[in-house]
Amino acid sequence: MAVRVKTTDPIWWGLFSAGGTLAAFLLPVHVIVTGVGIAFGWVSPQVLAYQRITALLENPLLQIYLFLLISLPLFHWAHRFRFVLMDLGLRSLKTPVAVLCYGVAMVGTLLAALLLFF
Amino acid sequence: MSTIKITVTRYNPETSSEPFTQSYTIPYKEDMVVLDALNYIKNHVDGTLTHRWSCRMGVCGSCGMMVNGDAKLTCATFLRDYYPGEVQVDPLAHFPVIRDLVIDMSDFMDKLLEIKPWIIRSEEKPLEEGEYLQSPDELNLYKQFSMCINCMICYSACPVYGHDQSFLGPAAIALAHRYNMDSRDEGQDQRAEIIGSHEGIWECTFVGECTRVCPEHVDPAAAIQRSKVQLTKEYFLSWMWPWGN
Repeated sequence: MAVRVKTTDPIWWGLFSAGGTLAAFLLPVHVIVTGVGIAFGWVSPQVLAYQRITALLENPLLQIYLFLLISLPLFHWAHRFRFVLMDLGLRSLKTPVAVLCYGVAMVGTLLAALLLFF
Repeated sequence: MSTIKITVTRYNPETSSEPFTQSYTIPYKEDMVVLDALNYIKNHVDGTLTHRWSCRMGVCGSCGMMVNGDAKLTCATFLRDYYPGEVQVDPLAHFPVIRDLVIDMSDFMDKLLEIKPWIIRSEEKPLEEGEYLQSPDELNLYKQFSMCINCMICYSACPVYGHDQSFLGPAAIALAHRYNMDSRDEGQDQRAEIIGSHEGIWECTFVGECTRVCPEHVDPAAAIQRSKVQLTKEYFLSWMWPWGN
């Protein structure tokens, strides 16, 4: 297939878009279970017990799931925040703003990978 | 007789370096639109007022202006929606002004030509083979985007275009999408270079004002988002599947 798009924009928009989908569909579930459910007594606090979670984290599928859940929404934030800063008038700092925003997402992704996989 | 106060931004580069406002109090009737008021001023009060208009029925797209800060077709904007308040008319935002309410549309016209808003065929079939057939479902894929009348109201409402005039803008992208979605068209490759460039669809931050203000109910924001999805999928596929077509 010929490459018709000659910028890197699809990469950043693709990560933004995938992160937005995860943030919209999955993060609310996690917020309700961990943030609301336990506080209101709908979910047993044992569900998040340290021993249980560390045991669950041995499962590679869960590791990948959490990695994507942390990384992709970070890129979603980075892309959105980059454009918010542009709209606020930082157009002259286009490149440093992009490096800073995507850089933070990359550092977050790296930390998540280190914690989950190593 | 009822009257209404119309304040108009005036600018004549031959006589003054700065724009200024001028107010006119004119007779008011319930069925008057903002364009009627401007024509009344031009014909009966001040012949020097300059504005663009043609069809008076929302088809030609010439009379787009800012009415009390909102980009509108003045032929479709009734004075009664503002009466007894005052009405302020300014030239379309984000465009250079030539005189009074007339803007310089050359940036938009250049962008419109760039996206090649016509049916492109790699090879035309001979006349004797008949017309290109299209089903109602195929028509529905692009029909709403074909309603654009090039009035540039979406450009005036778009904050991204306001910040950076290199952005291709809503109407040009909506029209590119209109031809890309047309089953008779084979010009996607040529348009992809323009809409897929950095100044094309990627600059849009999905504010959605273009869709809100469009007098013809075109949805340029959807055209932009759909083009992003399509070109992003294609971009990743071209790396993962370089031998495909």
